[in-house]
Amino acid sequence: MSILEVQHIRKSFGNTEVLKDISFSLEEGQVLSIIGSSGSGKTTLLRCLNFLEKPNGGVIKVKGGVLYDSADPATQLESQIREKRLHFGLVFQSFNLFPQYTALGNVMLAPTLHAKERPDYKQNKAQITAQIEAQARDLLTEIGLEDRMDSYPHQLSGGQCQRVAIARALALKPDILCFDEPTSALDPELTGEVLKVIKGLAQVHTTMIIVTHEMAFARDVASQVIFMDGGTICEQGPPEQVFGNPRNERTKQFLSRYNEDR
Amino acid sequence: MDKFLEQLPIVFGALNIGFLQTLKLFFVTLIGAFPLGLVIAFGSMSRFKPISYIAKVIVWIIRGTPLMIQLLILYYFPGLVFHQAIWGGGENGRFTAAAISFIINYSCYFSEIYRGGIQSVPKGQEEAGLVLGMTRSQIFRHVTLLQMIKNILPPISNEILTLVKDTSLARIIALQEIIWAGQSFMKGSHGISGAIWPLFFTALYYLIWNGIMTVLLGKLEKKLEYFR
Repeated sequence: MSILEVQHIRKSFGNTEVLKDISFSLEEGQVLSIIGSSGSGKTTLLRCLNFLEKPNGGVIKVKGGVLYDSADPATQLESQIREKRLHFGLVFQSFNLFPQYTALGNVMLAPTLHAKERPDYKQNKAQITAQIEAQARDLLTEIGLEDRMDSYPHQLSGGQCQRVAIARALALKPDILCFDEPTSALDPELTGEVLKVIKGLAQVHTTMIIVTHEMAFARDVASQVIFMDGGTICEQGPPEQVFGNPRNERTKQFLSRYNEDR
Repeated sequence: MDKFLEQLPIVFGALNIGFLQTLKLFFVTLIGAFPLGLVIAFGSMSRFKPISYIAKVIVWIIRGTPLMIQLLILYYFPGLVFHQAIWGGGENGRFTAAAISFIINYSCYFSEIYRGGIQSVPKGQEEAGLVLGMTRSQIFRHVTLLQMIKNILPPISNEILTLVKDTSLARIIALQEIIWAGQSFMKGSHGISGAIWPLFFTALYYLIWNGIMTVLLGKLEKKLEYFR
């Protein structure tokens, strides 16, 4: 069974249809790369999955359960959206770290707030906090920031910020981790260190959806590639096929730039 | 000269009592206007149109008219029009009327500063919080609020310094604040009359108090420099 099924998602802003009938599925442990030019709807798709936008049509299923169905208002209750969001993690292009918290504080904030809602929080406060902190320290160590835990975001490089943002998303153990152009705000050198972290996650079979303009990376890390254009999926398949032997004219055109550059 | 030295402690005694009333009005206004301003700010940003409309009209009226008129109307209107002396005749009544006028007036100014401060926090901060499963109130308290305070501290400092001096407007309803106390020596009080010099000393009180405020607010601003 697929961990994620997206069926016929549509989204319009005013009269502009940004997503037109998007369907795909993703298996557990797989990495899906979404490529395409700016304005093709990639980011909106990720925002729909994370409930930052409400699709006008379509169904989103995670692990077989319906998270969102545009035809069923019972799946759209404001009170349940918070919980549903936790199936997904999202790493933003502009990091969006909380500036008043250290790297460690950024990773710990949401798990701490969630823990406060547990009935046993008051009794075991010290123990729960220690547990959350240990987990956050482990995550930051894994991504190579063990000596920057107490730094504030403005004291970190862009690459380090983005790695903290990845750790922050991982701390909530999402089923599917989404990346929205995670390296677009970084210079090539810093891009490398972030891509390395994402590759590391792929190696331990983290289910991920990555919107990116880094074609070599998309090809390398992905088990599935989707090429989007004008709000539709033009081509979809394993990376060897989409990059090596694209069938769609628009895909060929888009990738020719990238192939020339190589 | 001997006479001056004799009068000095009497004058300072009276000015001190007046200044206490000034400070009381200052602090009560801040304590009331800080939270009320936030309520009005949320009101004017409300997605429910009638509420945002009402909040905006209130802010427009209060910011568009002099505080002195608001004071006069609030203090005299109930008595003169409805023949209801809701404030009573004494100093306590005058203080209550002055405090209410000041709180309403300053909360409207604060609300606009808050609104700017909230809107100056990037949208991505809220989205990051939402994606992490935080509620909107958690996001406000744990993410947005401190960034907003940092952003609004300079304009709020300005308002606070203005408020120190604005308290003197309460003189118009005969609140016995420091200007009233200083002026009383012109007409005659404590056996001193025709003296203008006590009034100069009132200015010194404002100056020193604003100096202290400037230093404190500067320290607070420094304290929030640990993040950007």
